[in-house]
Amino acid sequence: MIKDGITAAWPVCLGYAPIGLAFGVLAQKAGLSPAEIGLMSLLVFAGSSQFIAVSMISGGAAAIPIILTTFTVNLRHLLMSSSLAVHLRRLNAGWLSLYAYGVTDESFALNMTRFREQTWDWRRALVLNHTANLAWVVSTVIGGYGGQFIPAGAFGIDYALPAMFICLLVLQIRGGLYVAVAVVAGLLAVAFSLLFPGNAYIVAATVAAATIGVFLRKWKGKAGESGGVS
Amino acid sequence: MKADYLLLVLGMGIVTYLPRWIPLILLSRRQLPEWLRQWLDFIPVAVLSALILPALVTTGEPRHLDVFQPALLVSIPTFIFAWKTRSLAGTVIVGMALFWIAGKF
Repeated sequence: MIKDGITAAWPVCLGYAPIGLAFGVLAQKAGLSPAEIGLMSLLVFAGSSQFIAVSMISGGAAAIPIILTTFTVNLRHLLMSSSLAVHLRRLNAGWLSLYAYGVTDESFALNMTRFREQTWDWRRALVLNHTANLAWVVSTVIGGYGGQFIPAGAFGIDYALPAMFICLLVLQIRGGLYVAVAVVAGLLAVAFSLLFPGNAYIVAATVAAATIGVFLRKWKGKAGESGGVS
Repeated sequence: MKADYLLLVLGMGIVTYLPRWIPLILLSRRQLPEWLRQWLDFIPVAVLSALILPALVTTGEPRHLDVFQPALLVSIPTFIFAWKTRSLAGTVIVGMALFWIAGKF
């Protein structure tokens, strides 16, 4: 069981390592000690918001704006946890609270794919979450100690996370409707990201595309009843 | 470690944890209506696409469209590889290798 979770987690760890190192280097340049970097990774555990926070810290921003920005950047997890809840029915509040800590873009997408398989359960998902968490905390701290010694762009490590996202997206596609929702979400996200500053475009495009998906499914269902074509 | 910093990361941690925690506690106990279940079923594909595409075709601050990025070019064979193999580890390694090669030109 533990082995299953760790085996499934290693591509995520591979993706986190370069980003974590890069974060550690930046955080160190912003004046944070390795202990401070590790504490942020442990308490927040959300890559993009940590990058933004560090750039705000080095820009001399106050705590409240940093916390508010963190909130808006990480609000997308609200959607992910809602989606995960369907698969975590028999858990008590304690396990749910522990699970909530490990909800990230990557662990969410990977566990959602795995939950559709019979062999996957919440225990394995929890192991995956915490293995990924460990990789994140450790790599950010190492970055804080001396990640600058790793040459930038070596072995294409900057592309580990985008490649992982692409595969996770592919694994979520289970038919034409899902392709349609992906295309709508992607195009809306590009449009919103160009029109509005900040990160609200992620949540806005996701909510809009999923809603369109529900209507498409309804419409397709009706067409199927009357015309016999599904 | 300064107290200011401790308060900052605690605040960041709390506002990040609550959106992760509230839906799990609220939704995992009750029977969800069919339309909500369907809506939630589309969330993974929608959120991943909304995260990926802007990163591949926009750049800069303020953001603007830029479709001539190595990341976008590399994403095409990476996507095909992921589609054919459905292997997460394989896709990560192939994507990295392609991006590394693309950087040599």
